Formats: sequence, structure tokens, C-alpha cells
Amino acid sequence: MIKFNLKLLVLSFLLLISHKPLQSAEMVDPIKVDWSFKGLTGTFDRASLQRGFQVYKEVCASCHSMQYLSYRNLGEPGGPEFSEQEVKAIAASFEIEDGPDSQGEMFTRPGKPSDKFKSPYPNVQAATAANGGAYPPDMSVLVKARKGGANYIYSVLVGYEDPPPGVTLDDGVYYNKYMAGNKIKMPNNLMDGLVEYADGTESTVDQMAKDVTTFLAWAAEPELEERHKTGVKVIIYLVLLTTLVYLSMKKIWSRVDTEV
Amino acid sequence: MSEHEYVPKSKAGKWFNDRLPLLTLGAHLTDYPTPKNLNYWWTFGGILTFCLITQIVTGIVLAMHYVAHADLAFASVEHIMRDVNYGWLIRYIHSNGASMFFLAVYIHIFRSLFYGSYKSPREVIWIIGLMIYLLMMAAAFMGYVLPWGQMSFWGATVITNLFSAIPLVGDSITTWLWGAYSVDNPTLNRFFSLHYLIPFLILGLVVLHIWALHVPGNNNPVGIDIKKPSKDTVPFHPYITIKDAFALLVFMIIFAGFVFFTPNVLGHSDNYIPANPLITPAHIVPEWYLLPFYAILRSVPDKLGGVILMFSAIFILFVLPWLDTSKVRSAVFRPIYRQFFWILVIDVLMLGYVGAMPAEGIYLVLARVGTVYYFLHFIVVMPVVGYLEKTDPIPMSISEPVLTGGAEPSLARKVNDKV
Repeated sequence: MIKFNLKLLVLSFLLLISHKPLQSAEMVDPIKVDWSFKGLTGTFDRASLQRGFQVYKEVCASCHSMQYLSYRNLGEPGGPEFSEQEVKAIAASFEIEDGPDSQGEMFTRPGKPSDKFKSPYPNVQAATAANGGAYPPDMSVLVKARKGGANYIYSVLVGYEDPPPGVTLDDGVYYNKYMAGNKIKMPNNLMDGLVEYADGTESTVDQMAKDVTTFLAWAAEPELEERHKTGVKVIIYLVLLTTLVYLSMKKIWSRVDTEV
Repeated sequence: MSEHEYVPKSKAGKWFNDRLPLLTLGAHLTDYPTPKNLNYWWTFGGILTFCLITQIVTGIVLAMHYVAHADLAFASVEHIMRDVNYGWLIRYIHSNGASMFFLAVYIHIFRSLFYGSYKSPREVIWIIGLMIYLLMMAAAFMGYVLPWGQMSFWGATVITNLFSAIPLVGDSITTWLWGAYSVDNPTLNRFFSLHYLIPFLILGLVVLHIWALHVPGNNNPVGIDIKKPSKDTVPFHPYITIKDAFALLVFMIIFAGFVFFTPNVLGHSDNYIPANPLITPAHIVPEWYLLPFYAILRSVPDKLGGVILMFSAIFILFVLPWLDTSKVRSAVFRPIYRQFFWILVIDVLMLGYVGAMPAEGIYLVLARVGTVYYFLHFIVVMPVVGYLEKTDPIPMSISEPVLTGGAEPSLARKVNDKV
């Protein structure tokens, strides 16, 4: 009977963890990257986060918003960890609309660390209209919002190809190996040497894709490092407590002729 | 361990207890004679109580920061994740807590099915338990709507649309449920209100569930009536409390594993896309714990038929005590029924699996076979097997079982120990 019970437990867990909805046939599995933030004790590569922010700022931010992030997040522990001065300088480089003032007028002022990331368009409709009818999704939680997560985002960034023979694409539509349906309205924006990294790293397409994906992974889960660290402590604590309670249980039940 | 009336030692205690016998209740709960042979499948009652309290406590904190408005809900959840102190922890405990709650309740229900805990004189405990389960499903469904992501919105649309299958008044009922002509802000608002209400209804039913349990006392793996208190019982405290605590801690380790290391694995990535009434996701799937019912719903080509079958799948459980004709409670002594029990377990797991798959091809066939077996099990197998089956001999008591053909190895061992 015990064997049966174990079987049930194993089966239910397999079911819990392994159910995957079917993928459409033409989709290719995303490239598996060995991210530093993977695993139980994974952390972000600080330098990669800072480079990724640069790619976001210079390339992605012209179309994609990141409305749930604030400039102050860039200096917080577990993130890119820019210095306080750097965060202030980054924020101040954006003109933020504020108001109304005492006269009832809206005005612009240099950004402060407490401001949210400035969006490239005033609203979704404007963003859609400016991008050929396809809304460039907000990137705050993009990594969590896509099956395959960071691997998928990275794969799409490096997955542009010429369409195979027989596939015709409309104007403003591009062929991407990893995109669902293989058609994407975002052009291939990355090319070797596009940004000049402050730390001197060579800006290949692959490097930029990895850096910006790391940055997006942090943006989606800024708590990741703290979560991992706390998790390890919590599990150790629970295992110790469980052991103590187990020994107490054995001792208490030794008064009865039944095994526990 | 005594049946006699409890008398508080202190004068103040006696004064209070004469006016409100809380101390008597406390003494009853600690002394409560419990069968000493309960195995670990019996620890899930305590685990479920823990799950309910955890959901209520984390839920109250989340409600302090959440905004139930179609334009603000998604952003308020991100506010909780990013700006509220340990908001990510509270939310992940709450969202994974729902899954852990259901995992525990399914084990609890199948334990009851295996050991015949639903049978006389425990029918009312069983029925209250099913009402709790129904409310849990309602609470979980509405809770999943609150983040107002794509799966929230479209899940709500699919489920509320089920009511439109009702002849004549279906559309009016659906509009009334929505508070609008589609799932919209009024729907979100009322779901939030009900999502906050239901856990307290569950809490009330849990009190009744335990009260009803304490009338006949616990069933046990051998499934026989026992004298209480006797050599077959131990007082609830410290014996059962320490055992429940141990099992709960093991459960919490698994729970913490999900919360800290894969907090989103049980959810759907589409729910991190804000709700958009104009874009339908490729596959609309409910949370894993509702998948078997989803499979039953989709196995019928007719909408009304599917809805009726899905609700029947739950409501048939209410009459289970009267469908089971066997005089023997525990499946340990029921060689035929025991096999059908495991077939049912596999059947439900399979239904859950195909519920996550598109309703086409082999998955649709499996869903139909699974649905047919599910109902056959309760309507045909249970009454017939209970009537025809030759059960194994049942021991007279837990401490001194008659040794007759290895029904349960642990029983035999105990007898050998005595020799």
C-alpha cells in the first residue's frame, strides 16, 4: 500500500510540474542559455545589467515603455546597482511632465530618482499607430509574460533570418525563427557595434542580446536575488526545525506501543 | 483522556468557565481521544487548516495594497511586487498557497475515499467538507481574476459564459453576474468582494466540519469503530499535535520550495500580460486544480450538456455515502474496490492532463473515456462492488487484530510484536 501511495504522490507531482500546452508546429524551441540568475542561488551579473540598461536606453526605449520601473530601482541592491550619483544623473537626463502647478499649468522638469521610467509614447494608441499597428509591449514584466522567459526573449533577439522560399512577408513584417507564427513587426534592431559599451566590452549582437535580456529579467523580477537568499535560509531553518520536531515526536510516541 | 466533566483549577477560571465554557472546550480538544494508528494521510486536516489561515492572513495584507479597478488592478499588483515591503513574498505565498491548498485538499479527499471516511456515521462531515471544497473552487477562481491579466480576463469570460447555457434565462443571468454586457470593471469589483467574503464562510464551515468530526471521532486506517477512550486511542495532545506539526513542516518545505525558487511555475505566463478584451489567448486554461473538471466540460459537444456534466461530477460526491453499499469502511479490507480506487485516481489525473491540452484528437477521446469512467465509478462500481465483493476479515480492535491473511503488513507486525 505504501508503494501505491508513493506512486500517487510522484504522479501528481509530475502532473503539476510537467504539463505543457502544445506548441504550434512551426515554432522552434528557444535557445537554452546558461544564465547567471538560474538555479537556487542564482544572481545577476552586475556588469551585464548595467550594459543591458544601456542597450535598453539607447535602442529599445525608443519604442518600448517600462512603466512599472522607477529610476531609483537602478541603484537598489540586487539590480544594476548604479551609484546614487549615477542614478540621479540618469533620471535628470529625462524631461518629465509634472503638474499642474499653482497656475493650473503642466510643466516639464528634469527627472528625479523617484520618477517612473519615461514612456516613449503618451498612450497605447499612439504607440500602436506609430509602429504599423503593432503595440510594442511594455517590458516591465515581459520576461515573466512569455513562455520560455529569458531564453525566449534572447532567442527572438538573435532569431532574425531571411524568410524561407515560399514565405512572403508584408511591408513592415519580419521573419523570426523563434516568434510564434514566425512573423514579427519589430525589425532587427541589433547590429554589431551598435552601442559603445562604457566598460569597453565588444558590442556584438549576441553580447547585446544577452545583456539586455539579463536587464529585462531583473526588471521583471527585481526581488530575485533576495528571494533566492531568503529561500535558502528558510529551507535550512525548516529542515532543522523539522528534524527537531521529528525527534520530539519519536520520543513522545515511544510511550505508546504504536510506531509513528 | 477523560470523559468526566472538566473543572478549572483556579477560582477565576471556574468563574469564567461557568459563564462561557471555553476552558471545557480547550480541555476537550486536547484530551480528544484519537485512534493511535492514524497514518500520515490523516495529517492533511491540520495542513489544510494551516493553508486556510495562511491564505486569510496574506490575503488581508494584499487587500491593503490591491486596487480592484480594471484600469489599476494590474498596476497595483506590480506595486505590491516592487514597492511594498516583502510584497513579493506575501503575494507569492498567496498565489502558490492556493495551489498547495488544493494539493492538500485532494489528498484529504482521496484519503477519505480510500478509508471510507464518508460512510455512516460520518456523512455530515463529508458533506460539509464538499461544501468547503466547492467554496474553495469559487474563491480560487475569483482570486485568479483579480490580477486582471489575460488569463484572468479570459478565464472569467469562459467560466461566467457557462451560465448562458441555461435555457431561457441564461443570458440574463450572465449579464446579472457580470454587472455589465461583458466581463468588465463591475465584474472585477464584485469578484474582489466575494473573494474576500468566501474564506470566512469556509472558516465557519471548517468549525462545523471539526465539530461534526468530534461527535463520532476519527475514522482510522482499519476503519472499525473503536471504544473511546481506550487502549486504541491516544489523547490529541501531545501525540497528534506533534505528528501534525512534523507533517506540516515537511509540507512547508515543499511550499517554500515553490515560493522561493519557482514561484510562477504553477501559473500561466499569459497572466503577466494585462487584460485585453480584444485579444484572445491561443489556449485558455484554468489553474491546474480545476483541469479535471475542465476536461469533463469540454468532453461534451453540447454546451449545456457539458455544464450539466461538470457540475454533476462534483454533486455526485454529495450522495456518495448512499451509493457505497459496502459495510466495510477501509479499502484495506476490500481487495476489489481497492483496485477500482486506484483506477479512479489515475482517471482523475488523466482528466487533469487532457484538461491542459487542446480539446482535439486523442485528447478529446481520452477526455471522453475518462469522463465515462468517472461517472461509472460512482454510479455502477461503488454500489455493485460493495454488494458483491467478498471482503477480508476485519480485526476486532486496533490493538488486538485477528491475524487472518496479510490485509495490512503493519497489522501483522503489531501482532507479532505481542507474541
